[in-house]
Amino acid sequence: MSKWDEEYFIEKGLLLTAISSIIIIALIIIFIFREGIPALQSAGVFNFLFGMDWAPTDGKYGIFPMIIGSLGITALSLLMAVPLGVLCAIFLAEIAPANMRKILNPTIQTLSGIPSVVYGFFGLVLLVPFMRTQFGGTGFSMFTASVILTVMILPIIVSVSEDALRSIPQEYKEASLALGATHWQTIKNVIFPAAIPGIITSIILGMGRAIGETLAIIMVAGNVVQIPNSIFDPVRALTSNIAIEMGYATGVHYNALFATGIILVFMIIVLLVIANYFHYKKKVTIGGGYL
Amino acid sequence: MDTKYIIGIIVVLIVIVGAYLVLGGGGDGQEKITIVGSTSVQPAAEALATEYMKKNPDVKITVQGGGSSVGIKSVQDGTADIGTTSKNLKDEESKGLTQWELGKDGIAIVVNKENKVSGLTLEQIKGIFSGEITNWNEVGGSDGEINVIVREEGSGTRDAILEMVLGSKDAKFVKEAIVQSSTEAVQQAVAQDPNAIGFISYAAVKDSKALKVDNVAPTVETILDGTYKIQRPFIFLVKGEPTGAVKAFIDWANGPEGQEILKSEKVVPTGKKVS
Repeated sequence: MSKWDEEYFIEKGLLLTAISSIIIIALIIIFIFREGIPALQSAGVFNFLFGMDWAPTDGKYGIFPMIIGSLGITALSLLMAVPLGVLCAIFLAEIAPANMRKILNPTIQTLSGIPSVVYGFFGLVLLVPFMRTQFGGTGFSMFTASVILTVMILPIIVSVSEDALRSIPQEYKEASLALGATHWQTIKNVIFPAAIPGIITSIILGMGRAIGETLAIIMVAGNVVQIPNSIFDPVRALTSNIAIEMGYATGVHYNALFATGIILVFMIIVLLVIANYFHYKKKVTIGGGYL
Repeated sequence: MDTKYIIGIIVVLIVIVGAYLVLGGGGDGQEKITIVGSTSVQPAAEALATEYMKKNPDVKITVQGGGSSVGIKSVQDGTADIGTTSKNLKDEESKGLTQWELGKDGIAIVVNKENKVSGLTLEQIKGIFSGEITNWNEVGGSDGEINVIVREEGSGTRDAILEMVLGSKDAKFVKEAIVQSSTEAVQQAVAQDPNAIGFISYAAVKDSKALKVDNVAPTVETILDGTYKIQRPFIFLVKGEPTGAVKAFIDWANGPEGQEILKSEKVVPTGKKVS
């Protein structure tokens, strides 16, 4: 085999592996569209998106309360997880002594390895009764779900943010310290701003996990189709809706669950676009590249 | 060196798995029976299948859930050999199918073990699940808002309660009811909340308290003689008349051995051909 042939095959082979993920995602999207479109047609896109009632037995398919539920749970959990995770990452990257890091890092990683059903069961048995006695109601609520999610997305945010903070060139830090800045001033004014694109990436990943999480949410969110009056009211997320009812659904009901999936995909795409926009807006340019 | 060892181990594993698949799984003389349907019947069907396969190693039975409607549909279109359902069939559904009632299952109305209420009338239960009664003190309990826990849309147990307690399949549960997607999730939700009420298969009652309904506690005797009102049949469906391995299995399940296993699953065995 000549040198040229080898180059050619390796190039094409790598190209194939690169586009295979695109092909897979395209196939998935085509499939959910094919299954979901009939429901959107029979219910009407507007009625489907903004309908307030979900009653498949009566032929009512409105998912607006669930869109609110998904967004609410995700927003609440990010609100708790981002400050906690980013501050933890700063501590691990800049302040923690090596010994402590050796203990903390594996501990945080273990959190991400725990299956979501375990989180869900933990939430159902311990967190739900706690919430009920503290805040009243049933204990199944948007808040309970977002607390569980916070713990689940924390490891992602911590480890990706920590990597971002660590990848800041040592010269930045040295220059800042040489100018007489304190350690905290250096972190606040030099290292953290330079690491923001990486931190945003960590938030994107955490958000993706939060919005896609299903099992743990089913067990603690209460799954009531309603727009919550407060964060202590039960809600149903889009993912939960699909998982709960897929087992029994037939006909238009079945299609409507796929249509729920279409909406979910669109929501994730929109959120990713927004997040990527901020990612690039905040990039720090040095020479020809950016951090 | 290390990679060589790892590759070696992987190769050995592949050979072992391959050999297992070729030699172990490929018995040509094996008869296969697929059982699909109600998730309520599933545990009982699985217990029957396991025991039957122990006695008849040349028969392989797979049991799948999906719900009563899936069970009826799959046996109609031939994707399952046996369909299971936990509700009585409508006339158009039962066309061309042979039915056996393996047993009866009571649906227990469960509350937290600390709840002082030990029995309700059917009318009171209806009031609670439809949202007309919202406080435990209205039905003889201590003051506390009732937290209703129901199953998800499409569940056989949910449909059964709607029909038998609320009056019709089109009736509505109270809008604020918490939805849990499995028997065990309902049980846990009730077990941790003193003010909760839910419904689960009588066979599954463990960490919660089953209420008397119209003064009758759910027991094997009361379910069998029909005095416990909230109950439903466990039905096996076959398209046409069964033959071969399917017939043998159904006969065995309706016979004394199968009925004994059902009893240990807390299903009240009746074992009779319905039509």
